[in-house]
Amino acid sequence: MPLVSERRTQDIRKGWYKFSKSPLSILGLAVVVVIISVTIASPLIAPYPKHAEFFVDFSNANKPPSWKYPLGTDIMGRDVLTRIIFGFRYSLMMAVVVLSLVTPPGVILGLIAGYFRGSWIETIIMRVTDVFIGVPPLVLALAICSVLTPSAFYAMMAVSLMWWPWYSRLVYSVTSSLRNEYFVQAAETTGASTFHILFREIFPNCLAPILTKVTLDVGWVILIGASLSFVGLGAQPPTPDLGTMVSDGAKYLPDLWWVTLFPSLAIVVTILGFNLLGDGVRDLFATEEV
Amino acid sequence: MKFSVYIRQRIGSILFALIGLSILIFAIARVLPGDPARMALGPRAPEWAVEKLKEELHLNEPFLLQYYYWVRDGFSGSLGYSLVTHRDVARDIVEFLPATLELIMYATIARIVLAIALGVLAGRYANTWIDNTVRLVSYVGVAIPGFVFAILAVVIFGYFLNLFPTMGRLTEGLVRVPAITGFMTFDALIAGSFAAYVDALWHLALPAFSLVLGGMAQEARITRASIVENLNKDFILSATSHGIPERIIILKYLLRPSLIPTVAIMALDTASAVGNAFLTELIFNWPGFSRYGVNAMMNKDLNAIVGVVMVTGVLFAIANVIVDILVAYLDPRIRVIERAE
Repeated sequence: MPLVSERRTQDIRKGWYKFSKSPLSILGLAVVVVIISVTIASPLIAPYPKHAEFFVDFSNANKPPSWKYPLGTDIMGRDVLTRIIFGFRYSLMMAVVVLSLVTPPGVILGLIAGYFRGSWIETIIMRVTDVFIGVPPLVLALAICSVLTPSAFYAMMAVSLMWWPWYSRLVYSVTSSLRNEYFVQAAETTGASTFHILFREIFPNCLAPILTKVTLDVGWVILIGASLSFVGLGAQPPTPDLGTMVSDGAKYLPDLWWVTLFPSLAIVVTILGFNLLGDGVRDLFATEEV
Repeated sequence: MKFSVYIRQRIGSILFALIGLSILIFAIARVLPGDPARMALGPRAPEWAVEKLKEELHLNEPFLLQYYYWVRDGFSGSLGYSLVTHRDVARDIVEFLPATLELIMYATIARIVLAIALGVLAGRYANTWIDNTVRLVSYVGVAIPGFVFAILAVVIFGYFLNLFPTMGRLTEGLVRVPAITGFMTFDALIAGSFAAYVDALWHLALPAFSLVLGGMAQEARITRASIVENLNKDFILSATSHGIPERIIILKYLLRPSLIPTVAIMALDTASAVGNAFLTELIFNWPGFSRYGVNAMMNKDLNAIVGVVMVTGVLFAIANVIVDILVAYLDPRIRVIERAE
């Protein structure tokens, strides 16, 4: 046992070395750390925390960026910077809720389908994933949200419903390739339970691809969440939300450019940060295979 | 397994998925929101009118029977009545789809050409400033949501520089172009008006490019990766040592095997464009299928929502079958192995 754990520490150290060698991965990590800190500390950092709620101050409406309002104010007189800082909250919450809802069932179904390859269980699970993968996620999420009352909660549910099949697919392909490996056969011969084989023997081998996919998916989930809000099917006012801010501000372009431009940049930077980090994580795990 | 058998199996499983999708979306539209008849008529309509409409729409029947009616009508070319346009949804879709297909067609051509060009450049000049520039462009390209890019494009190119139109498909009052194919550029050529053709292309430029960016960035990166991988293979070395000019090596020897992994992504991106077009058409006021879909969603027009999702699913499925055939065309090994078996 100690030998194995020693090797693992070494692998992680090697991986970290490779990760830290790539400036883009470090940049991604930095951006993500900053965004997460801002999200946690938003009531403390934001210059006008009250502006994240129902708040109207017409005397200060439509002000361009200035010292008092670094990123300007919107048509209600609310500070754009404050609303962006709080907007990160919703975006990140969306990603966390969706990915933590989606991963367990997706992974378990993938394990089962992969292990029982060739049986009716595999057929059913994989046919069901086909249904969800057979249409662009944005379209089905939009359709589901529109039928329900638009709200942040339903947006998260709709995106989750669209997302789990990708995890099933991923874990399925790993599992079915490991299915006939010696260590699985050995466990079977010694009479290990199916539960043990699935979660103790096969599952640890799926961890690296799952973690990589989760990191890369954060950006995509935020993107799809922003798209839903952009159409008005996500978080409802007065919740500050980056997608909603972009679409609201777009009505007043090009005069009030700051109301649209800064939330747009916030979305781009968030997605970029998580994508760069995700690529870094992928390289980190790739070293183990070499 | 023969290739034709494989393709037939793929089509079979895709048809199966489409049936599943139709049940799913139909269930969502029928079970979740409560009373479609009440929604159609509004809160102030009398009870008897709601009951009558329910009867007409088979809403009092069990779910499976409703589904059966819907499928039966679907085969006779009807997707139900739209609450917004007051016409059959199938008729609406037939009318609006060409505008979207035209947009996607031009976006796809531009995306594939640009992605391959950037990918080959970056791969050929790997780890030089060209490669780094392409890498930067693709990282940013993936991170910019289509709708953000579309808005920026409207403001910068449409408003400040005034280079491109930002609304509709043709300048109003320029010429009357008869709708024959529904593709404005083709119709303009059929009508013999070159000015209208250029004008239609001009209108296409910004919305199409908004659809190009994200996919292009990803495809360029994948192309670059496989170019770099294949550059070190023996068959390239052998071609080089036979003195074949580099241009020919790249175009004739390198490109084909390197495009195999890209093609699958390209077709998926093309199919996803149908989804991304939802926001793009909204921003550019493009009178297409996707804007029709968004309108339906905003107005809870259930029949139209179901119709739009199903048509999107069918487009997606067609794209998937095309990928399989294209990949097999590019990669003869798939066909040969099957013959050997």
